[in-house]
Amino acid sequence: MAFLNKTLAIVWKDVLAELRTREMLSSMLVFALLVTVIFSFSFDLRVENIAQVAPGVLWVTFAFASTLELNRSLALEMENDCLDGLILAPMDRSVIYFGKMLGNLIFISAIEALMLPIVSVVFDLNLLQPSLLLVVFLGTIGFAAVGTLLSAMAVNTRAREVMLPILLFPIILPVVVSAAKVTGGILDGVPLSELARWVQFLVAFDVIFLVVSYMTFDFVVQG
Amino acid sequence: MTKKLRIDDLLNWLSGLSIVAALYLVFVYAPTEATMGDVQRIFYFHVSSAWVGFFAFFVTLIGGIAYLRDRNRDWDTLALSSVEIGITFTAMAVITGSIWAKATWNAWWPWQQEPRLVLVSILLLLYLAYLMLRAFLEGEERKARFAAVYGIVAFVSVPFTFMSVRWWQGLHPVVFEREGMHLAPTMLATFLFCLVAFTILYFTLLLHRVRLGRLADQLIGLKERLRQGAGG
Repeated sequence: MAFLNKTLAIVWKDVLAELRTREMLSSMLVFALLVTVIFSFSFDLRVENIAQVAPGVLWVTFAFASTLELNRSLALEMENDCLDGLILAPMDRSVIYFGKMLGNLIFISAIEALMLPIVSVVFDLNLLQPSLLLVVFLGTIGFAAVGTLLSAMAVNTRAREVMLPILLFPIILPVVVSAAKVTGGILDGVPLSELARWVQFLVAFDVIFLVVSYMTFDFVVQG
Repeated sequence: MTKKLRIDDLLNWLSGLSIVAALYLVFVYAPTEATMGDVQRIFYFHVSSAWVGFFAFFVTLIGGIAYLRDRNRDWDTLALSSVEIGITFTAMAVITGSIWAKATWNAWWPWQQEPRLVLVSILLLLYLAYLMLRAFLEGEERKARFAAVYGIVAFVSVPFTFMSVRWWQGLHPVVFEREGMHLAPTMLATFLFCLVAFTILYFTLLLHRVRLGRLADQLIGLKERLRQGAGG
């Protein structure tokens, strides 16, 4: 119980900071709009059926937006040595991991919640289906699970903004591949039972990387 | 010291001779493949390089775990050395695979036909990221620690990447469509010999690279002592 309370305290800290400044969500909204517009223009010239490229557009944008959010989330902790304060707090280091992970999950999900209606309108598709939301959520857990660990590493490097995507993208590639596949399947009206394998794959990825990141996070924040 | 030198010499000679023998087997002993012709001979070194790449990254995983457990710098040196060798061999596998694909499918990059080539090139990217991470970090201890963590996470992602790339390109559950199945006995013998020869070569390179890494560490230590001596 104490573990949960401490984790939620970290999540609440991040949420409160965001609610006071609204920096991240407002900038992300503009970013998402711009990316969608750029994609629709660049494809419109060549692609006949825009629905065919929509899953790719969606997941590329999610991946980019996630890296921006993850970078910012940990960069904030580096300002004024906030991370040191967290480490000094009387709690297990894994609390920091789960706290930051949940915070990242909430923020990335919020960005996606903003984006889905926009992409739906721009591409004239119905993206707000329950099965699709589930896939988006599973994919986002994968992003947040690995991303929280890797962004804690990336903030310690020079050129940290560049470092995170370099570290993150090759690892989350299976998430992007499978999530884009399922998204395409749902948009094409393929029954969910045929896509179950991909969904299980996403769940397996999420579980394994939550465990691996939880086990290794200690080594990243110490020292 | 003398014993160590002998292991060195042994490995040097063994890898040199076995690679020469492998070249003989590949170009002279193995028969020409019926449909693909001489191009198929690239297969022996291609698969062997890919195997050494995988194996090298596995050694990096072990080195990383061992480093995190007992914080001995030698484990980190081992992990880094293995990544460098692994990248070299993975790059060889990607290049030879691409040449082979050009001859077989008339395309340098067979996205659809050959998911394994895509996988190996993603491996290459993963471990290039590993090297970049080290290059952009300050402090030897932190480099070793972060690299160990990344080595673990990267290796865990490999089976996922493999499965997703495999499923993504269609439904081909058979792992050995081309190799293994219809290989003539002489081809199989050549192939197995190449695997062994490349593995020996890997260990030879690893031994030398680890020694170089340890010497570099010693040099840093000596410089530090010299500086302190000069200062105090």
